[in-house]
Amino acid sequence: MAEFEPVLLANIDKPDSHTLRVYEAGGGYQALRKVLKELDPPKLIDLVKSSNLRGRGGAGFPTGLKWTFLPKDHPGPIYMCINADESEPGTFNNRILMEQDPHQVLEGIILSCYATRATTAYLYLRYEYPTALARLQAAIDECYAAGYLGQKILGGEFSLDIFIHRGAAAYICGEETGLIESLEGRRAWPRIKPPFPAVEGLFRKPTVVNNIETVACVTHIAARGAEWFKSIGVPADPKNPRDPGSYGPKLYCLSGHVNKPGCYEAPLGITCRELVDRHGGGVWKGRKAKAAIPGGISMGLFTEAEFDTPLDFAGPGKVGCLGLGTAAVVVLDETVSMVDFLHNSCRFFQHESCGQCTPCREGTRWALDMLERIKAGRGRLKDLDLLLEIGDSIGIIPGTTICGLADGAAWPIKNAIRKFKGEFEDYIKRTNPNGYQVTEAVPSMDRKVHPDSLMVIEPPWWHTAGAH
Amino acid sequence: MAKVIVDGHEIEIGDHERLNGIQAAERVGVNIPRYCWHPGLAVVASCRMCLVETGTLDAQTGKITMLPKLSPACQTPAKDGTVFVTNSDKVKQAHAQVEEGLLLRHPVDCPICDKAGECNLQDYHFEHGQKERRADVRPFSSRRREMGDTVTLFVDRCVMCTRCVRFTREIAGTSELMVTNRGSHEEIDVFPGYPLANKLSGNVVDLCPVGALGDKDFLYEQRVWFMKRHAGVCAGCSTGCSIWVEENQDHVYRLKPRENPHVNQWWMCDEGRYGFHYVHSDQRQTGLRKHDGKAGTNYVAIDWGVLDKELHASLSSAGRLGAVFSPYLTVEEAFLLAKYVRELDPEAELALGPVLTVGNDERFKSGFTIRAEKCPNRRGVESVIRHFAGSCLSFDDFLVRCESGAIGGAWVTGGYPQPAFDESVARRFAAVRTLIVQDLWATPLWERATFQVPGATFAEKEGSYVNHADRLQAFKWAVRPPAGAWAEGPLFWRLLGRPGLYHAGAAREELAAEITYFAVASGTIPPTGVDLKLNQLAGAVT
Repeated sequence: MAEFEPVLLANIDKPDSHTLRVYEAGGGYQALRKVLKELDPPKLIDLVKSSNLRGRGGAGFPTGLKWTFLPKDHPGPIYMCINADESEPGTFNNRILMEQDPHQVLEGIILSCYATRATTAYLYLRYEYPTALARLQAAIDECYAAGYLGQKILGGEFSLDIFIHRGAAAYICGEETGLIESLEGRRAWPRIKPPFPAVEGLFRKPTVVNNIETVACVTHIAARGAEWFKSIGVPADPKNPRDPGSYGPKLYCLSGHVNKPGCYEAPLGITCRELVDRHGGGVWKGRKAKAAIPGGISMGLFTEAEFDTPLDFAGPGKVGCLGLGTAAVVVLDETVSMVDFLHNSCRFFQHESCGQCTPCREGTRWALDMLERIKAGRGRLKDLDLLLEIGDSIGIIPGTTICGLADGAAWPIKNAIRKFKGEFEDYIKRTNPNGYQVTEAVPSMDRKVHPDSLMVIEPPWWHTAGAH
Repeated sequence: MAKVIVDGHEIEIGDHERLNGIQAAERVGVNIPRYCWHPGLAVVASCRMCLVETGTLDAQTGKITMLPKLSPACQTPAKDGTVFVTNSDKVKQAHAQVEEGLLLRHPVDCPICDKAGECNLQDYHFEHGQKERRADVRPFSSRRREMGDTVTLFVDRCVMCTRCVRFTREIAGTSELMVTNRGSHEEIDVFPGYPLANKLSGNVVDLCPVGALGDKDFLYEQRVWFMKRHAGVCAGCSTGCSIWVEENQDHVYRLKPRENPHVNQWWMCDEGRYGFHYVHSDQRQTGLRKHDGKAGTNYVAIDWGVLDKELHASLSSAGRLGAVFSPYLTVEEAFLLAKYVRELDPEAELALGPVLTVGNDERFKSGFTIRAEKCPNRRGVESVIRHFAGSCLSFDDFLVRCESGAIGGAWVTGGYPQPAFDESVARRFAAVRTLIVQDLWATPLWERATFQVPGATFAEKEGSYVNHADRLQAFKWAVRPPAGAWAEGPLFWRLLGRPGLYHAGAAREELAAEITYFAVASGTIPPTGVDLKLNQLAGAVT
């Protein structure tokens, strides 16, 4: 089959690809010029809507549709927040875009703000990307100097300021209302919805939050049109009028036990097996694959038998995963213990849970406590039932939590235990031969247990007891 | 009118009403469990205990469509056609799971926790919780951390409902409390050097659904199931917060605010909340005594039974009479005393007792105000005096009258939380031959009295107070006065020769019929009181 011509990664091999000079030499900002001259904001929204572009941040919500939720005739200000918090484990495509082709991103931001009539854009950048910070800020400065940002862009009526705001290493700041709260200088506790950000967002004004890769796609839709965009990817299911399809190019982050980990661009819909074999050079060390995370750890797991599932917005759901997510594929080879995998996943979500709502705060902690006890050789078969119950009960899908972190925490639990049940049962029986059948509650394994006295809860290391 | 269905029961909600699912369910008698929602605070929907199934009723087709997922009732508005289901298996399971989540890491402190008996965690466990403990067993006791002078925090009992944090932000406006750390390591704390120190701090203990926040004043004092509570009115200032007086065997242990949308919403200030201990002070006077008439300060105890004859004899021959009405008297007591004194001397001079003002009115972010006028019933007492005398003498003017020798017999009522009549005041009564002092404390004035009549405090009175906004609130006594003291009401009733036991309601009927200002205060007074200004409005129309 014909090799796919990169769109989003077209520039990154050029020397100094991050500079304005190189970007403009390759045709950069022509789309912006054309749009500002020929299209008014509603028409640009229609263009993006008709392209069926779906958000690349993890939820896959149609971008053009999200833009239409903004109130018409609002006196302003309207804000655009660009979600560069990229913290989903396994994901690094935003990083590559920001570090190596920031102008592609900025052009998309300016176009998106023009469409939504936002006058200020905040780019929320995760703390751990210092190179991206430097490259983005330099690119923004170049834009101001060239007249692509600031007052009366390119001599028209549209004005825009972009500010970079650094996060401080919290996954929950990638949730759109957690991001907004953090921007406002508060604890990143996601807000209850309604109201939705399009109505009441940053500083209680209409706000749209979009992902880095999504706005990069906007640049190309503006340059080449919606029909071009829809010629790439997986068409909508004709039998399902609500299916927006999976159109456009996608950056797949391939990592884990493959020979050539990296960021690969392909039309949406490539299968996991094709991605691993053709782009990733196959599983490393001559081993076989056991499982793969399809789209960041929140999406759950494929078994090796499920590797032929297409990685589009509809595919992973058909094999019991949460969705495509960020399309970050992490391959686990046959030597990986799924107990270790699940323990690692539970540790991540327990650490990152914001703690606001009970099912997530307590459920992620309970799941981790159980995995720790299982790994310490004190697991029970009943723990697997409890873990599945936690997995089935937390999240915005059952309606029990405020945001989707809990769904992300639940899916790896559900997939790992249901798809690898035998391995978990064997591990528990093998490591706790005398206690695995116990069904009554067992003593907890919290640290600092003195055998003769009541258990003491050790305060976290950062707590300064008695400081006041 | 909007039609809302809760568990199959239809209710009508007024067009002006903005209710959520919890409030709609309350109308049907269904109590949806909740921790974080409070009618006085912003909705955060974070505890997830109030999860219910919601749906909509299509008015045309009559079909009910339920949402596939659960929603918190606290953030679901009860609009026309909203359907709530609170008793399905799905909902019951959700309640049990949330309750279980909160008990996972909760210390086993019930035996040593003040909240036992009024604890949401306990109650919801019995009503909605799992049948057995499925999580690892963790027998431990909570750490304790001081929040300030009034409130202490048992850190590990906290269920992160954030009611206390929201209170300090939205109601007090002082924002001392915060959440530190993230996830399951979260704790409530104050910023170093900035303890919880606002004057409404005690309210966070009321708000706390578990025993995490504790009242240092009440800590370990009494088990809640031994206490009886009585509806009362705080006597601390002219705001007149509605309160509960909680007592056991005639000892007051705690005051709590009582919900009153017209006066204090759900709150009371620390001064009022903790300022009741004087009720049981060992300095309170309890012996009825009469001066022996010889030179010196010798008193003889007399029996309450002979007091009316003694007083009648003394006062009838005393010449011009005067009475000082303490702003701590109830309206009924003021009325009865005025009747008594004017019966003996129709020209008796009636004065208001000293009114203590401290600083200025203190208004907090939500509008709650602690008033500078530190007495509960100046307005009520003044209105009674004006009715009888046409005008109300100030205490200073009354002292001048006493000094001039114009007053031969004076009845001075006190009942202030602190001694209110010092030597400089007492001296000015030198020319008053017959002095009756009815008070709690042995002040210099008390030491000069002809009759020392021990009185009662707000917690021992039955009657009503009128607050700064002309709202009259009625209350019954919560505890009996100490042995040897009589409450003012029963004493005046008896002095007037009224038959039977003192009944404040009957006295109130009488004064409502006689005094225009109190016209609407007849019949049963609602628990939140009655606005006396309604009469003025009605008067304006007629």
